[in-house]
Amino acid sequence: MSDKPLISARGLSVGFKVGSSIFNKSILKAVDNVSLDIERGSFFGLVGESGSGKTTLGRAFLKAVPITGGWARYADDEVDLDIGTLSGPALTDYRKRAQLIFQDPYAALSPRMTVRDIIAEPLEVMGLTKTREETDARVREIAAKCRLNLEHLRRFPHAFSGGQRQRISIARALVSRPNFIVADESVAALDVSIQADVLNLLKDIQRDMGLTFLFISHDLSVVAHTCDHLAVMYLGRLVETAPTRQLFKAPRHPYTKALFSAIPSLDPDDRRGGQKLTGEIPSPTNQPPGCKFHTRCPMVIDRCRVEEPSLENPGDGHAVSCHRWRELLEKP
Amino acid sequence: MSLLIDVQNLTLKFRTDEGLITAVDDVSFTIDRGEVMGLVGESGSGKSVTAKALMHLNARNAVYSPESKIILHTEKGPVNVLALRNARELKVVRGGAISMIFQEPMASFAPAITIGDQMVEQLQIHNDMTKARAKEISIEMLDRVGISDPSKRFDQYAFELSGGMRQRAMIAMALSTKPSLLIADEPTTALDVTIQAQVIDLMKDLVAEFHMGIIFITHDLGVIAQTADKVAVMYLGKLIEQGPVRAVIRQPKHPYTQGLLAALPKLDDLDAPLTPVAGDIPSPLERPSGCVFHTRCPQVIGDICKTALPQSIPVGPTHSAACHLYATETAT
Repeated sequence: MSDKPLISARGLSVGFKVGSSIFNKSILKAVDNVSLDIERGSFFGLVGESGSGKTTLGRAFLKAVPITGGWARYADDEVDLDIGTLSGPALTDYRKRAQLIFQDPYAALSPRMTVRDIIAEPLEVMGLTKTREETDARVREIAAKCRLNLEHLRRFPHAFSGGQRQRISIARALVSRPNFIVADESVAALDVSIQADVLNLLKDIQRDMGLTFLFISHDLSVVAHTCDHLAVMYLGRLVETAPTRQLFKAPRHPYTKALFSAIPSLDPDDRRGGQKLTGEIPSPTNQPPGCKFHTRCPMVIDRCRVEEPSLENPGDGHAVSCHRWRELLEKP
Repeated sequence: MSLLIDVQNLTLKFRTDEGLITAVDDVSFTIDRGEVMGLVGESGSGKSVTAKALMHLNARNAVYSPESKIILHTEKGPVNVLALRNARELKVVRGGAISMIFQEPMASFAPAITIGDQMVEQLQIHNDMTKARAKEISIEMLDRVGISDPSKRFDQYAFELSGGMRQRAMIAMALSTKPSLLIADEPTTALDVTIQAQVIDLMKDLVAEFHMGIIFITHDLGVIAQTADKVAVMYLGKLIEQGPVRAVIRQPKHPYTQGLLAALPKLDDLDAPLTPVAGDIPSPLERPSGCVFHTRCPQVIGDICKTALPQSIPVGPTHSAACHLYATETAT
């Protein structure tokens, strides 16, 4: 076993053409110059607000959107792949290794298929099993891991609650025995009492099966509890990445600090102002020059308006993309 | 503080093909002027249906029990909301004394009419005023909720505004008729966390300024802790606990409220395991007998939970819980 990261990206960009006429054509950079490593067996969290590019980055790792700049690699014990150039049989092979769990368990499951067929479909499509008995055995094995019983397999999705449906989606994603899972807002549509159950299930499965997760979420308290590493995105850029505890203890980027202080506290006497951000997230088609966050940053100086900071890694695994982070360290 | 709305024994069923479905069961609460009540519950708990009942806004297949009473105390004396029959009578309540803010601001504005025209229209319906005066008030309100360049926004359509901006416009519209009760149904759920913090601050300022009553419906206990004076917790149509916000959040009495709080990921203790409320929310078609929560309750004390409906029992000053745990305490 090598100690290469399972997923690594350098200068990764994903751009979409917008506008149809030849006069009004521009490129929307949904993900811009992102470099990160996801170690094997880690539960890597990706947070950001809407339009920050977190979903697009997750899809880029799955080759579900074209990579337009930089590169992303996937390396397990058997293969070492350049994700951007995969095609044909190599891509089919990669699909077995990397899978996606969707956000909305109501939209992700076909209402016309039984739960057994839903879970078995990836096996049949990828030709991973030879006989029906073998397929059934695999389906039963994974269903049991996801706490679904045999009775459940015969039913249709409409008979299930949100939490059960999400467990079905998880079973479907895991049935091909992937190494890498992208979970995109997988608990966002669930009620609080159910959310904890699905999070615990994901953690258990990750430990038991030795999986690597990219967990995309907008909910900081959820990622704080599940992920060992975090990356924060803003307008397509990676602004900060660190081990979870370190990030929560001492965030370095003004945006990360503002995100943390915007979480509504459970303490009714703590109705503090904190550091509230003014203004709104700029449109991705009309990005500000310099640091993308300067229009809302409380710490902005002239340099931020013209020069874009690069992701700086001081060697402690806590990288940040801000001109002023060192001088801000002393200030609370 | 004076009494604003008095809800007594509200029971509401929906006539459907599968028979009568109980959505709200024997719910009683009061709200004073200038008081913010948080209404918490998971999907299907009946919180939105309860709020809509206050404006007599539920679908035609809604059946109110004869014991249900909703008395709104207006300047012209008490109004029995459920006795209002036609649209003309209901105008006093809908958009007049009570305004509502919905979760999805995009769906609440007519897409083909400018924001301004919609605001002017509702002002003219409820007040006897000229178009010019209505426009003046609307622009003033847009300015008050922190929308920059309000006279320009007045002539724009909903799709031209960002999510946070739209929700502000919605709040401006709801408040322009100076309602005495504002119902906010998940007003920040669709917003990003930094924008949510802005909208919560705005709503707090407006309560102080207009001195109205607010029902804040949400599933987010953090938002409740930050905004509400008192809290009512609903589960499967039952109001299972209500009391002052500090008491309910710090010393929850009902096992469901306790479970809900334990299921929340907490930021100050990342090592604490997430403890889900066991099981799934029963379908409203199969309401459990006795206490509706007994199928998931970790503290069932015996058959009484399965057979007898618990009554609301005082557990502190203005704090009550509907649970047999507390009935036995007082009996012995």
